[in-house]
Amino acid sequence: MSKIPDDLQFTRSHEWVRRLPDGALEIGITDHAQGELGDLVFVEVPHSGRGVKAGEACAVVESVKAASDVYAPVSGTVIAGNAELAAKPELLNQDPYGSGWLMRIEPAAGVAPAVLMSAAEYSAYVAETAH
Amino acid sequence: MPFIPHTPEDVAGMLATLGAASIDELFDEIPAGLKGARLAGVPPALSEMEVARLLAERAAQDGRPLCFLGAGAYEHHIPAPVWAIASRGEFYSAYTPYQAEASQGTLQLIYEYQSMMCGLTGMEVSNASLYDGASALAEACLMAVRANRGSNSRRVLMPRTVNPTYVQVARSIAANQNIAFEIVDFDRALGRTPVESLRAYGGEDFAALVVQQPNFFGNLEEVHELTDWAHQNNVLLIGVVNPISLALLSAPGQWGGRGADIVCGEGQPLGVPLASGGPYFGFMTTRMQYVRQMPGRIVGRTVDIEGRPGFTLTLQAREQHIRRSKATSNICTNQGLAVTAATVHLSLLGAQGLERVAQACLQRAHDLVDALCRVPGVKPAFGPPGFHEAVLTLDRPVAPVLAALAARGILGGLDLTERYPELGQALLVCATETKTDADIRAYAEALAAVQGEGLRAARGAA
Amino acid sequence: MAELGLREPVIFELSRPGRHAGTQFPPRVAGTAQVPAHLRRAAPPLLPAVSELQVVRHFTRLSQMNFSIDTHFYPLGSCTMKYNPKVCHTLASLPEFLGRHPLAPESQGQGFMACMYELQEMLKDITGMQGVSLTPMAGAQGEYAGVAMIRAYHRAHGDLARSEIIVPQAAHGTNPATATMCGCSVREIPCDANGDVDLDALRAAAGPQTAGIMLTNPSTLGVFERRIEEVARIVHDAGGLLYYDGANLNAILGKVRPGDMGFDVIHMNLHKTFSTPHGGGGPGSGAVGVGARLLPFLPIPLVGREGGRYRWLTEKDAPQSIGRLSGFAGNAGVNLRAYIYMRLLGREGMIRVAEYAALNANYLMKRLQAAGFEAAYPGRRASHEFIITLKRENRDHDVTAMDVAKRLLDYGFHAPTTYFPLLVPECLLIEPTETEAKEDLDRFCEAMSAIRHEMAHDPGKLSAAPHTMPVRRLDDVRAAKQLDLAWKPAA
Repeated sequence: MSKIPDDLQFTRSHEWVRRLPDGALEIGITDHAQGELGDLVFVEVPHSGRGVKAGEACAVVESVKAASDVYAPVSGTVIAGNAELAAKPELLNQDPYGSGWLMRIEPAAGVAPAVLMSAAEYSAYVAETAH
Repeated sequence: MPFIPHTPEDVAGMLATLGAASIDELFDEIPAGLKGARLAGVPPALSEMEVARLLAERAAQDGRPLCFLGAGAYEHHIPAPVWAIASRGEFYSAYTPYQAEASQGTLQLIYEYQSMMCGLTGMEVSNASLYDGASALAEACLMAVRANRGSNSRRVLMPRTVNPTYVQVARSIAANQNIAFEIVDFDRALGRTPVESLRAYGGEDFAALVVQQPNFFGNLEEVHELTDWAHQNNVLLIGVVNPISLALLSAPGQWGGRGADIVCGEGQPLGVPLASGGPYFGFMTTRMQYVRQMPGRIVGRTVDIEGRPGFTLTLQAREQHIRRSKATSNICTNQGLAVTAATVHLSLLGAQGLERVAQACLQRAHDLVDALCRVPGVKPAFGPPGFHEAVLTLDRPVAPVLAALAARGILGGLDLTERYPELGQALLVCATETKTDADIRAYAEALAAVQGEGLRAARGAA
Repeated sequence: MAELGLREPVIFELSRPGRHAGTQFPPRVAGTAQVPAHLRRAAPPLLPAVSELQVVRHFTRLSQMNFSIDTHFYPLGSCTMKYNPKVCHTLASLPEFLGRHPLAPESQGQGFMACMYELQEMLKDITGMQGVSLTPMAGAQGEYAGVAMIRAYHRAHGDLARSEIIVPQAAHGTNPATATMCGCSVREIPCDANGDVDLDALRAAAGPQTAGIMLTNPSTLGVFERRIEEVARIVHDAGGLLYYDGANLNAILGKVRPGDMGFDVIHMNLHKTFSTPHGGGGPGSGAVGVGARLLPFLPIPLVGREGGRYRWLTEKDAPQSIGRLSGFAGNAGVNLRAYIYMRLLGREGMIRVAEYAALNANYLMKRLQAAGFEAAYPGRRASHEFIITLKRENRDHDVTAMDVAKRLLDYGFHAPTTYFPLLVPECLLIEPTETEAKEDLDRFCEAMSAIRHEMAHDPGKLSAAPHTMPVRRLDDVRAAKQLDLAWKPAA
């Protein structure tokens, strides 16, 4: 059973979103996603200052058996990418909700907030899509 | 039954196990209306003896003319061990090394190949090969567009001194991804691409500049100046090079201040026979920072569960069988057998041997041009040959001259009239280390005879 | 305790300064030709410095670490690992063929071109198509040509909105990758429980945006698409074209023709169906065949015949061609080997290929089922290959398809294809081909039964397999994380 923290929100493409006190969003991929991918060998995060649109692929996580895009849940500007993942992609496997965070985005002003799932909704979603 | 070992007893036993009355029953899921291909267009089977006779007759029809043709495919001596080894069943009939533990031979060979191509081109990483030089250039252009972070451009600067067939192929492959080529003209007197003609593009946005060295005319480009211009303008430099020439010419990794970004070219000169155009192989090398953008297979060294070193395909997540529609390319294969030959070839020659071959090529080309230009009506188009090819101009149409030479058993070169009309009646000639003094004399005498006949015929008609 | 090393050192480690294979050097040529100093190479390249015997011994020993068709039963599904007849290589290596420059005039190529022309004609007949180009250098390039021709066709008809390619979920990864390379978008549709394309999903997906559909038949699931005529009707009615991935042509050679099934374009894998060498990963040849609609768009050059003489058909002859895909005319030597193979088989031999491929596949599937293995589509005939799923064994004994594949190596068999198609969990895709004898299939079954026994009684044998190869199981995570892609001299 993968871990699904209650205090986070989730997307259908298996990203998690944490609202930071200053209004920025911290984003990563879920425990379920890292388990499916296997040991990560390479992670590419966007550079800070990059503008992104909601649904745009802006990071890549790569294991031996798969490479997946990670999508921005909202439009906005990237204010940080986790530089530690370049040398230690395994952080994402070990601590996907903590030190394995991928990026932080400042949502664009006036844009509708992202439609995200709660932990319970995500849990049900994972169960239903599992084969 | 050719290659089918089944006896009637085998078939009966197998059908009994299946509970089927006949082999036909095994096709009962196919709608009846679809069956009944009769293959009327396929002739009856031949024995090996009959096929050997047929092919020998066809080969004899084609003969073995004396070859002074280059233009992207080059005749070199291929040492006997090269194909003795490449033809071994363990290399010839092995598949792609997906089960690494059962394919250490192929994998180690490819690792050694990758290492040699890095050394030859002065770059940090090589793939396991692409189909040929032309498609390698197409892939290099696609890669440069992906990899150039400083530019969103989908335009590539393409000099006219790049092999025109390569440009055609690059167009066919890259056009569907909206890549456009900006054609850059060459200096008419020097036969190369002056950096001055690039300055006109200084303000514009390009993903890459392609430089072929030696260029299609056999001349040397000013690769350092061109590479520096590219880097000053946020343009990636793609070098298209001849692997034998790299024994004498500056390695692309050393071009300009920073070196080329992507290097590609035709590997055929390394132990692969002319064979009417294929199979050849394309090589591609690049900097480590671009390795994830590079198409094709890559072999890496690792360890097994006991800490023993071994080799395996790696970075496969970029490839089609995993990334599917997001793959860097749809490429599935490399040119394994050709790469095997090239690796053995380079091992036999070593740096010293490669230099001897290259030096012989350079000198023979000089000797050829000298000998042919002593024939009245024949002149060099540019300066002396940069490596093993040169452009000559004739005082009359090239095609009939080549036809007359062919009738005498000599392939005189490539007619450039259509592709480069501004050069006039121009001919691209080539001489590799395989050409002797006697060969060169034979060509010069034949050409003199053909020119003389032409003159007599013209006078006779007057 | 000595550190474990490579069985055969990397060739650079055998190098010694001053050592060389001198016989291979051309004689010195007198003269003063030189490269201008500023363009000259600064330092010699890092290449081996070894003797000829060292080269021969090194690469011979490397070859001995490979499994190959010549040495092992190689039931790699979707790859058609049939015997590569030696005579194809011998005759393709006749000096006149081997030494012929690709740009040599037609007057000095009539023999070679006759072989190519006849190959084109035979492939047309076998596939039920109107035109064939031999220039694509691999299956993936053949696919590219196919989709590019479909796009060119629609553009020529002013149908610029048609840019979507429909692909079944079970398709090989090259299919969607190719569609993307051609600037198309990809729409995946599911298969039903029997392994056929879901027709309802297809009807919903096909429309004015559809450029075409890419299909393999038999499919990658190893079963024949029974309602292929209906599939063709749906796609054609929507204005799209049908592309046939010929990877599984060995299953229907001489039985059914893709042209008769309604396909507009097909790529063939000459290195599968027509037994040209796999070479450790190439070279292949991906000849394409087209119906009348797509004839004008075939990639050039083609071989034409006029008044008993052969000539190259190029840009002037085919102004709407999608262009050139290779520097010359594709993998000519590979095409020549395919031609020779087809002349050896002849009409009768060609028809027998699919018959015996199907016999071997169905027999092997039945025997493995009897041994307790689960076929993915037990109610269906095997085509020339079939899928075994190890999902139950995975659940009961924690064994994976990878483990079984690695353990088969110890038993002296190359593993079948694993984890393809992705749709079937823990799968083995098994294709014996027609050139294997019954007793070799029986021995394979015995090995699989032995492995089955080990699953329950000695599972460590599987999870740590292989045990008898030159290396144990390799760490591919480390290979991707700590990239070592070229030999470097010790610092």
